[in-house]
Amino acid sequence: MRASILRSPSPLPGFGLSFGIMMAILSIVVLLPIGALLGRGLMIGPADLWDMVNSRRIWSALSLSFRAALIASLFNLAFGLILAWVLVRYRFWGRKLVDAAVDLPFALPTAVAGIALTALYAPNGVFGQVLAPLGIKVAYTELGIWMALIFIGLPFVVRTVQPVIEELEREVEEVSATLGARRAYTLRRVVLPTLAPAALTGFALALARSVGEYGSVIFIAGNIPNLTEIAPLLIVIRLEEYNYDAAAAIGIAMLLISFAMLLAINLVQIWSRRRIGLV
Amino acid sequence: MSDITLIRAESVTTEPRLVRGVVIATVLALIAVLLFAPLIAVFAEALRQGWAASLEAFASADAQSAIRLTLIVAAIAVPLNAVFGIAAAWAITKFDFRGKAFLITLIDLPFSVSPVVAGLALVLLFGVNSSLGAWLVANDLKIVFAFPGIVLATMFVTFPFVARELIPVMIEQGRAEEEVALTLGASGWRVFFTVTLPNIRWALLYGVLLCNARAMGEFGAVAVISGKIRGETTTMPIMIEMFYNEYLSVAAFSLAALLALLALVTLTLKSALEWRHADLLAATRRH
Repeated sequence: MRASILRSPSPLPGFGLSFGIMMAILSIVVLLPIGALLGRGLMIGPADLWDMVNSRRIWSALSLSFRAALIASLFNLAFGLILAWVLVRYRFWGRKLVDAAVDLPFALPTAVAGIALTALYAPNGVFGQVLAPLGIKVAYTELGIWMALIFIGLPFVVRTVQPVIEELEREVEEVSATLGARRAYTLRRVVLPTLAPAALTGFALALARSVGEYGSVIFIAGNIPNLTEIAPLLIVIRLEEYNYDAAAAIGIAMLLISFAMLLAINLVQIWSRRRIGLV
Repeated sequence: MSDITLIRAESVTTEPRLVRGVVIATVLALIAVLLFAPLIAVFAEALRQGWAASLEAFASADAQSAIRLTLIVAAIAVPLNAVFGIAAAWAITKFDFRGKAFLITLIDLPFSVSPVVAGLALVLLFGVNSSLGAWLVANDLKIVFAFPGIVLATMFVTFPFVARELIPVMIEQGRAEEEVALTLGASGWRVFFTVTLPNIRWALLYGVLLCNARAMGEFGAVAVISGKIRGETTTMPIMIEMFYNEYLSVAAFSLAALLALLALVTLTLKSALEWRHADLLAATRRH
């Protein structure tokens, strides 16, 4: 029905104007700058780009950024699924407050989150003091980067999965139970596969956000080259040295790896959607 | 009899009581540690030396110019993104054209680009060693390390917010109402202001709210393009970093507390919109 409406030519006015405004702002703000970055890469040439990226410091930074983002997003995938389930299915005191608070990382500026987490996890901080005697150092180590990325990526999976859980039909779970499945088996084999595509969407969003995150990480990371120096920080350092080519090379490397990762997640998603179709 | 079956029906579609209790307790503990503790830490650190010291931090020229700059940048970037969002949603939902899906992907692109890479891209486009940048310098137009650059960087990182909120709502509403108004003789602008805008106002407000929160708090992209010229291109988040690195902890956390208050106001308004006008927001936000 909707498709047939969209296919017929629209009698409404304003296509030229709205399309023009959209393309003008999109070009100036997004397309031309990204084009300039990729163009710079083409001018440098693939061989020189590779030479610029191929140093121990840059590889450490890139692998740290992607590794920490992956670990934090995996935690947020698991925790987000459980949290969404708890918020939709369970009734308890403070549920609405928790539901509203989940979006805090979206609303709180990253630099604010960064200094707050550092204050908590520094050796003299509230959590740092407790962890220090146990031999656990969080601030100024890779663990601190994980904590920052867990914070900023927390809402994504919850918010993509929550509406799907709301629309689940309990009858399906009942059927599974009457057929003799235990609750854990129903959750694993009936509920989880239905939530998988939405959860993967949230995971991909969290991952994309975490890989490029800067503000919340640089305060808690300690920024030691080869150890706790993230890739975006390396770009900032190169820019401060006015070494635009080196900065562009790292930026392009980040873009390429991000897109490859998102593509891979998309493929997994298509696979998991097909799987529900079969279930 | 019905009571008994109800209780039984309930018990097979939920987890055992003990499991529920343990899961709820664990989730609440994690939320307290991961979300509430950092928020409380901001205010605790700001008030570490009392209210007077905290308020004094706002009296400094640095803090005041940072607050002013942040407000002005948001006052320009957010309305521009709202205009973009409305134009994009109108073109995409009211008309049919080729490459629509690709266009939506391009609008979403800023969400998967690091803010630092966004700043870098803007520096490469408008900086002195690009041909456009050289032309701008020759005509005395400064974008990089100046106010227009900060606005562009802020627009980049908040780009999809309004459009993403409006497009699903406007697809769901279709265009029948607009077509009726048009047949009744209303002009295009009148149709927009009296039919479309009232239909999308809550979704628009929702998008603007999120856009504004992110705009006032943006750090990475602004850090790259602003050049961090004290008193000139330092927005609130940049000023927080400067104070923090100068060991002016109370000043840094006081400015941070102001932004945290803004975040709390944003969350409150957002929740209020979700509870009152859930039916007029995008389907994905309904819960």
